[in-house]
Amino acid sequence: MIDLEFMINTVSLGSLYALLSLGLVFVYGILKLVNFAYGEYLMVAGYAMYVLGTFTGVPWYATLVLAVLTAALVSYLTELVAFRPVRTKSLTAMLVTSFAVSVFLQNVVLITISSRSRAVRFPSFFSQTITLGDATVPLRNLMIIAITIILLTALTLVMKKTVLGMAMRAAADRFTTTRLMGVPANLVISAAFLISGTLAGVVSIFWVSRSASVDPLIGMAPLLIAFIATVMGGMHSLVGAVIGGFVYGLLFNVLSITLPASLISYRDAFMFVIVILFLLFRPEGIWKGGYTEERVG
Amino acid sequence: MRQGIQAPGWLAKRSTVWILLVPMVAVAGLLQLFASSLVVDIYTQFCVNLMIVLALQAFMGNSGILPFTHVGWMGIGAYASGILSMAPMVKSLGVPNMYPVLVAVQVPIPVAIVLGGVVAALVAALIGWPLMRLSNAVGVITLFATLIVMHVVMTQWDNVTNGPRTFFGLQKFTTLWIAVIGAAIVLYVVHWYRESSPGLRLRASRDDRYAAMAVGINVVQVRYIGFVFSALLAGMAGGLWAHLITSFSPKAFYILEMFVLLAMLVIGGQGSVSGAFLGTAIVTAARQFLLQVEAGINNSGALTLEVFGLTDIVMAIFMVVVLIWRPNGIVGGREFTWPLFRRRMKPAADGATGSQQT
Repeated sequence: MIDLEFMINTVSLGSLYALLSLGLVFVYGILKLVNFAYGEYLMVAGYAMYVLGTFTGVPWYATLVLAVLTAALVSYLTELVAFRPVRTKSLTAMLVTSFAVSVFLQNVVLITISSRSRAVRFPSFFSQTITLGDATVPLRNLMIIAITIILLTALTLVMKKTVLGMAMRAAADRFTTTRLMGVPANLVISAAFLISGTLAGVVSIFWVSRSASVDPLIGMAPLLIAFIATVMGGMHSLVGAVIGGFVYGLLFNVLSITLPASLISYRDAFMFVIVILFLLFRPEGIWKGGYTEERVG
Repeated sequence: MRQGIQAPGWLAKRSTVWILLVPMVAVAGLLQLFASSLVVDIYTQFCVNLMIVLALQAFMGNSGILPFTHVGWMGIGAYASGILSMAPMVKSLGVPNMYPVLVAVQVPIPVAIVLGGVVAALVAALIGWPLMRLSNAVGVITLFATLIVMHVVMTQWDNVTNGPRTFFGLQKFTTLWIAVIGAAIVLYVVHWYRESSPGLRLRASRDDRYAAMAVGINVVQVRYIGFVFSALLAGMAGGLWAHLITSFSPKAFYILEMFVLLAMLVIGGQGSVSGAFLGTAIVTAARQFLLQVEAGINNSGALTLEVFGLTDIVMAIFMVVVLIWRPNGIVGGREFTWPLFRRRMKPAADGATGSQQT
């Protein structure tokens, strides 16, 4: 059961989930906002691919880049219009706002495009498989792993070496103190939303390519995965989010193989039960970051 | 300095309840006499929604925790009361592979509705304790995950719920006056809870968790009491809802419906019973209006596309605007008390008698 094929698929699924949860934690770390609209950034990127791929002659690589940029832009705009004004209010106000933003984006797509799913065109190599030794894996899965390595390296460099990255890490730790040091709050938060949206866009490419279609509710499943993975990994650090993503991917694949067919429809419920039980014993997650409840005020 | 009419003690103590109850009953009476059955139906729906939102306020407003599971309690109440009240014949027809034990039982509808609430409360009691230990983001996410678990179970357990398909065959029981009486009882109970000892302790834990612990409040315990209490009310309201709608599917107890309930509570003001009341009234009215507009646009064919979802877009914008403009809702966490608006005239002196500001 544990062969090369299983390992590659698990690592690739884990990579995807790691990027997903990383995007969520970027905003959470600084703003302490659980962003329910996060799944909608994925959806928007998916629709950008649909519109560009179907109605324009833009080459595929430009389509993908533009889709990622769209997600980043929408993420930034939601911050500007909705989250910034309620930032100083109660935690519940911010949560409810993100919930409202999510419903808003879903319904905008529902009205302007359709409630039914739309086919998205991908270049043919997305659906090819290749054979490594005795394992046959989709090429897509290897691309996910490669892109995850590149993105994680780049983000690590940004966070460790640049002034902005250091400011963001400091803000995630002690926001008020960071502001006293002269770091503009809006800049740091906007940067976090841009990175969050970019990651959502990248994940969207691979998420949408699995079914090659997009519908208004497509953001729901990745949102849940990001939630569960971050809670498991630890909400207070970026490393925790990545670990949580990989653990979730592993757990998911193991359950898919081991659960009997009659129970497979309950798989999500099983996942959540495991997570809830896990939280009973370790509420801070696998990776315990610097715990802080300080909010932007 | 003006004292107004001096109300007797029992009236003054619950003046909020009376201020809300009198118009609610009066409007129901007027509608009964003069309005069309469509309007009466909408008002009945409003009263049932009011019960659910008040139950939500009892926990969310007092604890500061956003319980996504709330709409699930309503669903459990709806299914449980439906299964208990339906005749065995109808049940075996509607849900072909239901457990024989469940097919056999049948109790009178009011008993079934109360038992539906009890089932919801039992489930809440069973899973509530660990959930109440979690605060902030982790708590929110876990409650959200719990709602997903409930939804998965509702859509998959077709021996009980008929799976994702429609569950039908309930008798219509909830009339205008039953809904009004139900809403009145819930209004009273929720207001009583807010001012009771567990309610006050829960509010203390909301405002400052560590200070509350320091004065000896068992935060997990008071949250747990509120959670189960809220589930009990929501379950019973769900039973009434089920016997009003008479057929439903698990979709009715999921995220979008939770959003509507949240909109009602947040727009009015989650901190008070008055806010829940006002929010439910405003949102029900606004939704009805928008649905009419939506249907009007779609039927007139003025646009080539159909505008489903317009209502939700406007509700979402409205909600964010209210949160920006008044983060504590329109009422702002206060209660209406008799005499109305006394505080504004005399801010400092009578803080001990009428002040319930949070």
